[in-house]
Amino acid sequence: MDARELIARRVAKELKDGDVVNLGIGMPTMVTNYIPEDIEVILQSENGFLGMGPAPEAGKEDKDLVNAGGMPITANIGAAFFDSAASFMLIRGGHVDATVLGALQVDEQANLSNWMIPGKMVPGMGGAMDLVVGAKKVIIAMEHTAKGKPKILKECTLPFTAKGVVDMIVTEMGVMEYTQDGLVLKEIAEGVTLEEIAKATEAKLIIDKELKIMEV
Amino acid sequence: MKNKLTAAKDAVKNIKDGMTIMIGGFLGNGTPEAMIDEIIKSGIKGLTIIANDTAFPDRGIGKLIVNKSVKKVIVSHIGTNPETGRQMNEKEIEVELVPQGTLAEQVRAGGGGLGGILTPTGLGTVVEEGKQKITINGREYLLELPLRADVAIIKGTKIDKQGNVFYNKSTRNFNPLMAAAADFVIAECDEIVEVGEIDPNYVMTPSILVDIIVKGGEC
Repeated sequence: MDARELIARRVAKELKDGDVVNLGIGMPTMVTNYIPEDIEVILQSENGFLGMGPAPEAGKEDKDLVNAGGMPITANIGAAFFDSAASFMLIRGGHVDATVLGALQVDEQANLSNWMIPGKMVPGMGGAMDLVVGAKKVIIAMEHTAKGKPKILKECTLPFTAKGVVDMIVTEMGVMEYTQDGLVLKEIAEGVTLEEIAKATEAKLIIDKELKIMEV
Repeated sequence: MKNKLTAAKDAVKNIKDGMTIMIGGFLGNGTPEAMIDEIIKSGIKGLTIIANDTAFPDRGIGKLIVNKSVKKVIVSHIGTNPETGRQMNEKEIEVELVPQGTLAEQVRAGGGGLGGILTPTGLGTVVEEGKQKITINGREYLLELPLRADVAIIKGTKIDKQGNVFYNKSTRNFNPLMAAAADFVIAECDEIVEVGEIDPNYVMTPSILVDIIVKGGEC
């Protein structure tokens, strides 16, 4: 199983029946493939609807229905459409249970940088700043390092998306949660050693007393 | 009743060089393509565009960027249009990036007579630079000011001849917000019907906000 699938599978297990969830573009979107069949998760799309379904079959695209990446999508039975102000009322107002987003950097203080690299990549924040401020739970789904360099740092060096907002990080090496004591390693992926994960992480990782193997 | 039906080539005469224009749509979905093509054809330059994004180089607002009709954009995202990034890096265009939810509320405030809105989004980031912070009940917020435009160009799915608009599915996005936030509103629609053919329950932009109606192409 490749790293991205492993991460998406583990994040999917974090979702509960009835949760309203907003998934970012890219790997977070893969999470939908692994949501357990016995639970119902309502997906919110920030361009203005609740009840997002899977991508349509080829030839069945609806020109009036796209996801937040502008790609053709479907709406499930029970879906609801609204304008952008209502969409962000739901997001900012705490009506979304969880958001899953990628990150460039995350740090010990639960700060998040995921929207720009000055001088290199400036795509804009889109809805990310509102999502991480408003969603009840912020889950970062990302590969543990970038070109071998840690992404979980003592302090983010890139411009913040928001400060102190991250609740959980899921990577191919493990699952980490922010607690009052700091960033705690709760689960470690099979075949990964504590030394390896410590080496790939710049932030101080507290090892949970009941550290588990990451199940996917 | 005033006849609001207008040919695109006449509608575009309401847009002048250097104006601030709001354009509805989200990555080209629910975007007035016929009016954008007409702006390009008419050679209008120096526009400030307020919109969610700059779409793709060959679609929606992206076409205005490629045509260099735009001097400034106020948007939440430019990542899908490399030409916007290139012009920004070459200092050919000014890009003001705004969190999407903040942008929606600024437009709503502009259309609704509010002096601004208070949001926690952007606190502790570059977004807060130069902005007033206000503490309410112990929680800090940024004061974001209303946005208005000279002209808004919106895209409806169905419109009656009086100007009542219905938007299908995800095409609604910023359109109804912008319809209230400009001095002059051009509504482009795929289908134009007689007054009374749209159930009032399904009117999402009331006709009084729409100044003229343009028939869109097959979008």
